[in-house]
Amino acid sequence: MLSGPSEARRRGIGLVFQHFSLFDNLTVAENVALGLDGRESFKDMSARLEQVSKIYGLPLDPRREVWQLSVGERQRIEIVRALMQDPKFLILDEPTAVLTPQEADQLFIVLERLKAEGRAILYISHKLEEVKRLCDTATILRGGRKVATCNPRLETAASLARMMVGGEIREVKAASSRKTTVPRLVVNDLSLAPSEAHGVRLEHISFELKGGEILGIAGVAGNGQDELFAALSGERLAKDPGTVVIEGIAAGHLSITQRRRLGAAFVPEERLGHGTAPRMKLSENALLTGHAASGMVHRGFIDTAATLKTVDRATETFDVRKAKRDPEAASLSGGNLQKFIVGREILRNPAVLVVSQPTWGVDAGAAAVIRQALLDLATAGAAVLVTSQDLDELAEIADRIAVMFHGKLSAPLATSEASREKLGLLMGGSSLEPKEAAHAVGA
Amino acid sequence: MQLVLEKRAERSGTIALVSPLLAIGLTIVTMVILFAILGKNPLLALHAYFIAPLTDGYSLQEIAVKATPLVMIAIGLSLCYLANAWNIGAEGQFLIGAVAGSWIAVRTQGTDAGAWVLPAMLVLAAAAGALYALIPAICKVKFGASEILTSLMLVYVADLFLDYLVRGPWRDPHGFNFPTTAEFDPVATVPLLIEGGRLHLGSIIALLVVAAAAILLARTIKGFEIRVVGAAPRAARFGGFNANQLIILTFAVSGALAGLAGIIEVAGPVGHLQPGISPGYGFTAIIVAFLGRLNPVGILIAGLFLALTFIGGEQAQIAMKIPLDVTKVFQGILLFYVLACDSLILYRFKLVSSNRQVPRGAG
Repeated sequence: MLSGPSEARRRGIGLVFQHFSLFDNLTVAENVALGLDGRESFKDMSARLEQVSKIYGLPLDPRREVWQLSVGERQRIEIVRALMQDPKFLILDEPTAVLTPQEADQLFIVLERLKAEGRAILYISHKLEEVKRLCDTATILRGGRKVATCNPRLETAASLARMMVGGEIREVKAASSRKTTVPRLVVNDLSLAPSEAHGVRLEHISFELKGGEILGIAGVAGNGQDELFAALSGERLAKDPGTVVIEGIAAGHLSITQRRRLGAAFVPEERLGHGTAPRMKLSENALLTGHAASGMVHRGFIDTAATLKTVDRATETFDVRKAKRDPEAASLSGGNLQKFIVGREILRNPAVLVVSQPTWGVDAGAAAVIRQALLDLATAGAAVLVTSQDLDELAEIADRIAVMFHGKLSAPLATSEASREKLGLLMGGSSLEPKEAAHAVGA
Repeated sequence: MQLVLEKRAERSGTIALVSPLLAIGLTIVTMVILFAILGKNPLLALHAYFIAPLTDGYSLQEIAVKATPLVMIAIGLSLCYLANAWNIGAEGQFLIGAVAGSWIAVRTQGTDAGAWVLPAMLVLAAAAGALYALIPAICKVKFGASEILTSLMLVYVADLFLDYLVRGPWRDPHGFNFPTTAEFDPVATVPLLIEGGRLHLGSIIALLVVAAAAILLARTIKGFEIRVVGAAPRAARFGGFNANQLIILTFAVSGALAGLAGIIEVAGPVGHLQPGISPGYGFTAIIVAFLGRLNPVGILIAGLFLALTFIGGEQAQIAMKIPLDVTKVFQGILLFYVLACDSLILYRFKLVSSNRQVPRGAG
């Protein structure tokens, strides 16, 4: 057993986290220095940093501050920091979750090279195609237990998925004839200054979403998706009411509660702490968003039976597994909690559903249930806006896909025309800012 | 083997009830040691503290009288604390309420004012307490000033203001220069429940406040709002609840209750305005609020228990010459143990084996 991270480093284990452990206000070199034992001078270290990054085709300027860098560049810092210690064993946790397809391809080239140099790589991912492409052996975990070890190249994506879920995954089926109706969510030239330092400014965002339609918003994390969600939900208000129109009513100045009363529903990315209060019961979390418009409150008094009924209905309709009837939100697994949250909103029969990362960190079985629910909701006539970093997910459920880059939204493409290459270029900002594209994608 | 704290999947309801009792038990053990160090017989001291006051009717009434302001203030504080607003200045709001209510009593003294005097005093005291509590609340919301500091500092302002009034403009001309107002007229006095006893109407008001808070927190959307803003601020904003409005509201309510407690104390057991009307009720109420698990019924029980320590402390001082400061030591130790035991609600102790295996083949 290891005594701590420093012993792991000493023994030659390098680690690249899914969530970057970087200080935004420090430079690249300073961040790297923090992860080393500090035996060499800062100047020598910076020189070696430039050298290592050049050798592996991971260009980095040691003097730039982290907050100025793209997500792909930030990941390069993490990888270079690990490589600086000349690790024998490198662990990567979901490294492509935040990359464009082109950036992911670049990463795979680097990983192949590290493998050829005789380093062992542990690659943690739920993206089965990547595992098949990259890995020599795969160990499959389910619910904290080892289920199988196999050669992924001899398996199909479907057989791997079966092992992951422990059963057949429901095929997600879109209704063959979805009719689009009137515009239910319209965004007109929405611009919003960032609310915090290093936040993203939303610039001139416009789109129209009709009933019966699913619009996907792709993009690398941190390009303004969170800010757009806050502006659409009313957690942040716009100055001009006409910038957000819900069901034909100018709502840019309305609170989240008033927007819910207009028929809008929202599912944020963070399940615990944003979508739910972790240490409160599910019935109370049903009340959290249901108090506005679902008949759970009469003259200021809570109708406990009505909140419990919502829990029961969500449990039944979306197969939420839990230990008792009304447990605390934090005691549910990620997938089950997400099914509850999506269920809680869909059971309100919303006219507009804005959902962010609907299946982030969710097991494949729950993901299929959630995607099907979004499709069914659209079929029933609602307008659905899905923000996701998972292009496969958007390809599966969205009718049109737009890409968010640096706070701007591209014109939506029909899903049939939106190839991974096209989306990847937009995610790198190519058609919006040609100069940036070469920098971000061509590295 | 090694003892570690491990996070529980779900908060333990049993421990939430047991934790205050455990804290009281640990406090008593500590007190026994303290008594022994002081050279007093611990058993006799414990008897004087906890048993003797329960054996005669006068002491029982006195416990209820002492518990009345503690419970009223603690209920208000619990609403603040549940909403993550840290009102530490209830003592000041208590004093300002007492001053504001006394103003009517002083101005109507010796006139033939009618039965409106006492209700007017109660209303004015509550309003003054609320306004006084709004100062730190507004500073917090507008300027981000720490409400812990500002509310605490305003305690001393209120204390000295009261001191000035009873030594200056409001001093009883026939009071031999003592810093006190004249005794209040009967219309400006809180009526007693038992003729010739000590128990007064304020205790009934305190019980009504407990009931109202219990209903508010368990059954109403406002109560839910208070709980969710404190427990998960971001989720609360997503739910459409405004944390800043709630800071203002909970401070105002807790200030009003503290102010009301202040005037009831002055117009009830004390009977006139003077310095030292509070033996630190506003601060002891913080202990009451936490010992009662920020739960209205729990606060009622905790308030009675701490009132017992006040009365018991007096008895121990008279009977055994134990300094009255020991009571404050007792209350401080109790708060310490309550907060410590609370970690067991979310965590549990676990024994893990600490013999490390040497990894094979690595490094």
